[in-house]
Amino acid sequence: MTTAPKQLHLAAHFPGVNNTTVWADPRSGSQIDFSSFEHLARTAERGLFDFFFLAEGLRLREHNGLIHDLDVVGRPESLTVLNALAAVTDRLGLAATVNATFNEPFELARRLATLDHLSEGRAGWNVVTSSDAFTGENFRRGGYLDRAARYTRAAEFVATARELWDSWTPDGTPRPFAHHGEHFSVEGEFTLPRCPQGHPVVIQAGDSAEGREFAASAADVIFTRHGTLEAGRAFYVDVKGRLAKYGREPDELKIMPGVGFVLGDTDAEAREKAAALRLQQVSPQNAMLALEQVWGRDLSSYDPDGPLPEADPVPDSELVQGRVRLGDPLAVAARWRALSRQKGLSIRQTVIEATTRQSFVGSPGTVAAELAEFVAAGAADGFILVPNLTPGGLDDFVDRVVPLLQERGVFRSAYTGSTLRSHLGLAEPVWKG
Amino acid sequence: MPPIRPLHLAAEIGGPPRYEPEHYTALARLAEQGALDFVTLGDSFARPGPDALAVLSRVAPATRRIGLVPTVTTTHTEPFHVSSAVATLDWVSRGRAGWQADVSTTGAEARLFGRRPAAPAAELWREAGEVADVGARLWDSWEDDAEIRDTATGRFVDRDKLHYVDFEGATFRVRGPAIVPRPPQGRPVVVIDGTAEPARQTAARHADVVLVRATTPERTARIRDDVRRRAEAHGRHPDTLRVLAALTVDLGDAESAPEPGLASGPPLAAHGTYYRGGPVDLADLIGRWHRAGAVDGFHLTPITPGRDLERIVNGTVALLQHRSLFRTFHPGGTLREHLGLARPANRYARDHVLRGERA
Repeated sequence: MTTAPKQLHLAAHFPGVNNTTVWADPRSGSQIDFSSFEHLARTAERGLFDFFFLAEGLRLREHNGLIHDLDVVGRPESLTVLNALAAVTDRLGLAATVNATFNEPFELARRLATLDHLSEGRAGWNVVTSSDAFTGENFRRGGYLDRAARYTRAAEFVATARELWDSWTPDGTPRPFAHHGEHFSVEGEFTLPRCPQGHPVVIQAGDSAEGREFAASAADVIFTRHGTLEAGRAFYVDVKGRLAKYGREPDELKIMPGVGFVLGDTDAEAREKAAALRLQQVSPQNAMLALEQVWGRDLSSYDPDGPLPEADPVPDSELVQGRVRLGDPLAVAARWRALSRQKGLSIRQTVIEATTRQSFVGSPGTVAAELAEFVAAGAADGFILVPNLTPGGLDDFVDRVVPLLQERGVFRSAYTGSTLRSHLGLAEPVWKG
Repeated sequence: MPPIRPLHLAAEIGGPPRYEPEHYTALARLAEQGALDFVTLGDSFARPGPDALAVLSRVAPATRRIGLVPTVTTTHTEPFHVSSAVATLDWVSRGRAGWQADVSTTGAEARLFGRRPAAPAAELWREAGEVADVGARLWDSWEDDAEIRDTATGRFVDRDKLHYVDFEGATFRVRGPAIVPRPPQGRPVVVIDGTAEPARQTAARHADVVLVRATTPERTARIRDDVRRRAEAHGRHPDTLRVLAALTVDLGDAESAPEPGLASGPPLAAHGTYYRGGPVDLADLIGRWHRAGAVDGFHLTPITPGRDLERIVNGTVALLQHRSLFRTFHPGGTLREHLGLARPANRYARDHVLRGERA
């Protein structure tokens, strides 16, 4: 008896605000117009993807006290876009990143339940948090939450949302609801019946110990950055190992790294394209910006084609706002210097080399084989693909890679269910009345 | 005799809670067939039903011309999120978004959030005005041509065309700029029911469309004059707002004569003015009030949405069109165009010009 190969899950990230989208490419379209969202979502649905995924930003990023102007910037509000996309898609899951620090459980649970009803069971919520007073300046709350509190608040937020989603009986009767906890005191009556999916799919992004634990206890999908096979396997083993203490099976949490991809007719052509792409993404201006992000100081007098600065980084710099620094700046600078010395790289070359994240680069056959290998080797359950172009960046993947995955028997050839949970192979949560 | 102003018509599509999108899409399409300016969808945290802005976002790609105006409350919500969501409705509908601002005065609603106690309406309407104000500022915080994609300098946006709003209200602060670029209409249309005193003050200052519930054309005209006068006191040209008479209509028994007293106007009911009768008499009433110069149009709330909206569109509206009192198609694409309201100039872009002139 042969066992069927493990199936992989695919999701599409809409490449909105970031420095990976190549906006200077003549094929680059609007990151705001609904037609862009419609194009990418329809393509993902044509490719039988599990879901379409939107990131979030709640304050424009700043650098050196000025609004950062080099990257794609400006985006519509996620849940509103997804409700509109529900009108032009039938099966595709629709997942929004929504911050648990600058929202309230009743309102957000209601908005998510609405999306689940209006899409007939396709809603997903990527829970993120913020400890950022910078972002807080746009909200009533302000920005006082420290790192620990932001996670306890997020955990209580998700738990409260689940209580609200469970508060109508399965036969459609609203029941009074009360939650009194450390962060929230909510009572009354929820405004929607139980969702088509029971609860919308909960996604957790982030890699810290708190994040992993939170995901193991409460999430259906974890969105990671562990793109290499070794790092992926280590992460996979760690996170899946945390589920048992919450009474959960390993299969109840899907691990999906966010990855880039570059396709060519041959592997060599794809590698050339990938190198050219990195040069476009890391322009001389962007290279200097990345350097200043690590160094935490103004380095405008340096030449991007010259050597790295001699001076050490400023550890607690507030030069960069609204964007996560790449770990301990002194350690990062040491790594970058070593890299630069070893290979004789300029500032720009060092940034390219050091910041290139896992991408699947090759012919469609090579990429399909590698994706399948990751899943077979237990490094991921699937992938959230991040295209480099809006809105056509997924076209080639769907036309050329998906058929090969189907031939290998590792990806569906038709949707078998209609809800996001069914695509992900996740059971409906038991109603806790 | 003064020239007759164009007649504006809008309809509410809410009713008993429904959770299937097809229900709302069918009603919005029906209203669109009737060339109505916009549909509203009422909302509150205190009663069963889906989120209205989400529902009308779902309706947007399934319609082409009709304006979409959900109720979004300002009391327990975040002004920054509200402005982003309304701007996004404008993007996904390509310029057809409005927003009916309302407040949450009850303890029941306050307890759903557990953040602040219930407060008097006057206080909450002052805050709603601040939310409308900061919303407009955030919508202006990106100039229309802020996205430049300048490959020569590597700049995607011109940061000089992005603006902090630095708003300091009594209960909240917002730094800005918006995350969402300036929406297609510049500013989505703000609708406020200005019947009651605290709301009227906020409406006169911030609304593009003011709803008024009164029983006679004379009373309605008096309120309209009052709103326009107050708007002027806030430095607005009164013709930049539209006053619509709000009427709850029951066309259930089209054969029966209108209720006694309708010759002078419908009787006052708990939820405002209530009309019961046939679609033809409703057309007569609309024509009469409009000819009298009492209002710029009507906002009709069908007592039974499916049945009554069908009678409004195929009976009342068809008759008004036949009498050349109402248009037969949407000549423009945006809600502002339907209402005959100009796309607002960007306050920050204006400042640019002034600075340039001074320099």
